[in-house]
Formats: sequence, structure tokens, C-alpha cells
Amino acid sequence: MKLVRDTWLVFQQEAGLMVRNPVMVAFSLAQPITYLVLFAPFLKVVMVDRGASSYADAYRIYVPGLFVAMGLFGGLFAGYGLLSALRAGIIDRCRVTPVSRTGLLLGRALMHVCLNVVQAVVVTLVALPFGLRVHLGNLLVSYALLAVMVLLSTSISYDIALLVRNENSLGVLVNTVGQPVSLLAGVLIPLVLAPVWIQRVAFWNPFAWATDGMRALFTGQILQTVVWQGALIMVGLAAASLFWSSRLFNREVS
Amino acid sequence: MIEATGLRKSYRVGRGRGASTVEAVRGVDFAVRRGEIVGFLGPNGAGKSTTLRMLATLIRPTGGVATIAGVDLLRAPGEVRRRIGFVAQASGTYDDSTARRDLVLQARMHGVTKAVAQELARSAIRAFQLDDFADRKIRTYSGGQRRRLDVALGVIHAPQVMFLDEPTAGLDPPSRVRMWQEVRRLRDEGMTIFLTTHYLDEADSLCDRVSIIDAGRIVAEGTPSALKREISGDVITIGFGTTGAAEDPVGTGVQTATKLLADQPYVHSCEPVDGALRLYVDSAATAIPQVMRTLLDRGVEPGAIEARRPSLDDVFLAKTGRSLEE
Ligand SMILES: Nc1ncnc2c1ncn2[C@@H]1O[C@H](COP(=O)(O)OP(=O)(O)OP(=O)(O)O)[C@@H](O)[C@H]1O
Ligand SMILES: [Mg+2]
Repeated sequence: MKLVRDTWLVFQQEAGLMVRNPVMVAFSLAQPITYLVLFAPFLKVVMVDRGASSYADAYRIYVPGLFVAMGLFGGLFAGYGLLSALRAGIIDRCRVTPVSRTGLLLGRALMHVCLNVVQAVVVTLVALPFGLRVHLGNLLVSYALLAVMVLLSTSISYDIALLVRNENSLGVLVNTVGQPVSLLAGVLIPLVLAPVWIQRVAFWNPFAWATDGMRALFTGQILQTVVWQGALIMVGLAAASLFWSSRLFNREVS
Repeated sequence: MIEATGLRKSYRVGRGRGASTVEAVRGVDFAVRRGEIVGFLGPNGAGKSTTLRMLATLIRPTGGVATIAGVDLLRAPGEVRRRIGFVAQASGTYDDSTARRDLVLQARMHGVTKAVAQELARSAIRAFQLDDFADRKIRTYSGGQRRRLDVALGVIHAPQVMFLDEPTAGLDPPSRVRMWQEVRRLRDEGMTIFLTTHYLDEADSLCDRVSIIDAGRIVAEGTPSALKREISGDVITIGFGTTGAAEDPVGTGVQTATKLLADQPYVHSCEPVDGALRLYVDSAATAIPQVMRTLLDRGVEPGAIEARRPSLDDVFLAKTGRSLEE
């Protein structure tokens, strides 16, 4: 199918450029690993009443939260890349060919998905010596959930970028939206510790559901309802947001 | 090959009360025949890029119709894309990529297999002489090398019609001449070429026909020689340097001279341009002594005097009252 082929083509190109820039990839790992090493130990102390008696427990709580934070912010900044490609005329050059419009967008988004999953694998490996233990099957499912999440946040970023068409506004919007959404998803400290009103607000935060699902996966409770609920919410929103970005992306073009 | 009628584009800028409309292109008509090199010559903001982007299916015209290689632009943009190539004013390549990678990708976006794409990239590298740097990062290329790659990317699928937006803007003279050779070669290979430029010499020596565009309208159209023939006779440019009296601020010399010379029978018209005066006369040889006499009789000291054949700039000046070179 043409869409699949063209998406793959664009993905290859974008991923190829990313691989040629390993320093960038390494830098993008610095923040998650810092949090992993310097923040997770706090959780062992904070969560001691909630059954986090060991580092293994702390990491089982923190790593899924970190995945959600990475999935959220990793994607939210993808709009920068799109804007610079638009500005440099790269998108125009592609648009004059018969290549699929949706493929141009989807290929880019999938590159971010791939990058974030690779980062998640590195984070998992780094967390192992600290005592993280997780069932392999559940871990793979959590990577899949992360992938959908990145697809959602990437397309949200594309939506904003295509609407504001300006790096500064994109940066401000992404930060003002991203910070509360991540905190209200309980990525740092689980929402069970939050006051009731925060829990009420968080009920409406799709990423909170995803975080709960992710944590359930890490504690081996793959059959908990929140796993498929979180996944379903992410898949639905990602599909809707992607549909909308491709509409915006194709708008000016006949 | 290209036929456009009443092509228009207006942009809405701002929101709410502050909103206004920019009329970028106000209805242009033109036709380009198979195998021609036709140029749009005009100053910054004239609407050249906007016209080209409409024809290349990148933006939707506000009004008007166009057919490209026999296909209706509005009804079948996808078919148009198969038949055209486009090189934008801005480069359109990633700094970290290489010429070969981008050429292969570009060919693949036109739907060919990987093997065919690699072969096409090889022959493009040969044709545009990119061999020396084809596998180097694009950020290390010179302006001329980069621009040659841009054109190679645009023609990788051997389109029937090629759109070039300012192919030589910002290039040094040798690179420009090189690019002209490439453009002529493409035409000899059977392509029809539509380009924009704000260089007079480029329009003059490269284009078979020129449309002069200003503020979204075509003000003149024809072969460069026919356009220049419309301006009969010679052009005399008289400079007014600091040769005037010390208390005379710069500019009064031009003003006085304009007043003195405008009514002279041998002067068709005169236009002040950039602290100098441009006179259109039948023959420079007979006019210059008369000009000198008229000016010196009134105590106006002219600076350098230069006589030449009319250029496209004179055509532009005659049509718009402004010079392109300002
Ligand atoms: N997206 C846009 N929104 C609003 N106005 C625009 C837009 N694009 C172009 N314009 C305006 O339309 C007019 C024509 O622009 P265009 O880019 O076609 O000029 P040009 O002839 O290519 O000039 P240059 O030689 O500087 O490239 C300009 O006044 C420009 O400011
Ligand atoms: Mg332009």
C-alpha cells in the first residue's frame, strides 16, 4: 500500500538522520537517567508506608512514571522539527512529489516513537542494577503502550505547531500544557499520595490513566482493568489527534 | 505547456479586527510553449514565488485557472505533480544529509524502486557534476554546489516542466554562469522551464521570453530584445556627484537638471534614479552635446555621463516609474 511504503520511506530518512547524530541521542537520554538515578531513591523513602520497602519497589513505581514523562515530553517537542523542516523548504520539496501527504507526517511521528522506545529500553537496562525486576511480557506491553503515547503527544505537538507556525509559541504552549499534565498524571509521585481534589482533576487526565496502566504492568497485574482502559484511551486519542494533524497538514495543499 | 488565466492569490493576515488582506498576485495571464525558458522578472515582493508555488500545487489559487502539460491544475494536482519539478527559493535539504542520500530519497518519493533510485541518483550526480562532494554532509557545500544539488533534486524524475524559483540568487558570477549552463542543458534535453529572477542580465541572456511582474501584476511581456526595442533610441545617465556648489545639498543638481531637460525636444523622457538622471533620447551622439550646453548655460555642473543601449531595467522603469536596481 502506498501510505505504508511512503511512511516507511520518510521514517527511514528521518531515522537515518537521527542515527547520524548520535550525540543528540545521547543528550536526550541525559535527563531521564538523571531522574532515574537521583530522584527514584527519594521514592523509597516517601513510599515506605505504601509498601515500597526496597529499591526494587521504588523503581517499579518510578520507571513506569518515567516512561510516561518521556512519552509525553519526547513527543511534545516534535513540532520543532516539523517547523524547521517547513521553514527550510524540505516539506515543500516533498509535497511537490506524488508522495503521500499523510505518510510525510506519519513517517516523522514514527521516528519519534522509535527513538523514545529505544530510550525506554536504555532506561530499563540502567534501572536493572538498581534492582528493577519486571516480567518480560509485561515490559513489552508497556513499550507498546509507550509507543502509542508518543504517537499521541507527537501529533498534539504537530497540531499546535501547524496552528501557531512559530517556535516560540510552540515552546510556551508545550511547557504550559506539558508540566501540569505530567504532574497530574503522577509521573513523579503516584496519585494515591495526592489530595482528593488533585485526584478528582486527574480523573480527567488521559495520561493519568496511562500511568496507572503502566504501573500495573510493572507490578505484574496485566489483567487489571486499568491496563486496557489506559491503552484504549491512548489509542483513541492518538487516532483522533493524528487524524486532525493530517487534516491541518494537508489544508493548504490541494 | 503552461497556460494560466487570471491567476490570483490573496493572503489573510492577522486575526479579528487587525485582519487585513495581502494581494500577493492580482490576476496574471501567461503562456509558456514547449521547450521554452520563460522568466518572471520582478523586484522583491512582486509575487514571483507566490505564482510559482501556485503552479507547483503548493498553494491553492484564490482565483483563476491554469493547465500544466495538458492537466488542469485545480482538478488534478496529483497528475500535475507527476509532470513537474520544482526548486524552491529556499534550499530544502537537511544539513546533515548528503547529496546522494537526498537524491535517492527524492527519486523514491516519485515511486521508483530502490535500485532504480540509486541509478537515477548516480546519473544525476554525473550530469550535475556533484561527484566531488556527493557523499559529504550538505552543510559543507558552497552556495553554488548546494544550488546545483537543489536543481538535481528537482529534475531527478525527468519532468516535462521545471519550475525554478531564483535559481541563482546569492551566487557569485562563475556559479551563476554555471547554473545558466545547467538550465540550458535541461532545456536541450526537452524540458520546458519557468523561472523567476530579479537579475536583469539573467532574464536577458537566459530567457527566451520574459514577463515583468510588479506588485502582483504583469506589466510587460515579450522576448528580451522586443521589450528593449519598445524603448527606442539610447539611454544617457548623468551623475551628479559633489561637483556642484558646496552649499548645494546633494539632489538639487538632479532636480534642476530634470526641470531643465524634461522639456527639451530631443528628450523623450527623463527619470531621476538614485542621485542620477536617466534620459531617453533618439541618439546619444547628438544629444550629449546638447545636454551639456543646456546644463552649463544654467550653471549646473554634470558629473559622469554614460550612454548605453536600453536594458530591461529601462523597460521596468518605463512601466512602473521605479528602477529594479534600487
Ligand atoms: N504566507 C503569506 N502570508 C502573507 N503574505 C504573504 C505570504 N506569502 C507571501 N506574502 C506576501 O505576498 C507578496 C508576494 O510575495 P512573493 O514571495 O511572491 O514575492 P517574490 O516576488 O517572490 O519576492 P522575492 O523576490 O523577495 O522572493 C509579498 O508582499 C509578501 O509579503
Ligand atoms: Mg520569491
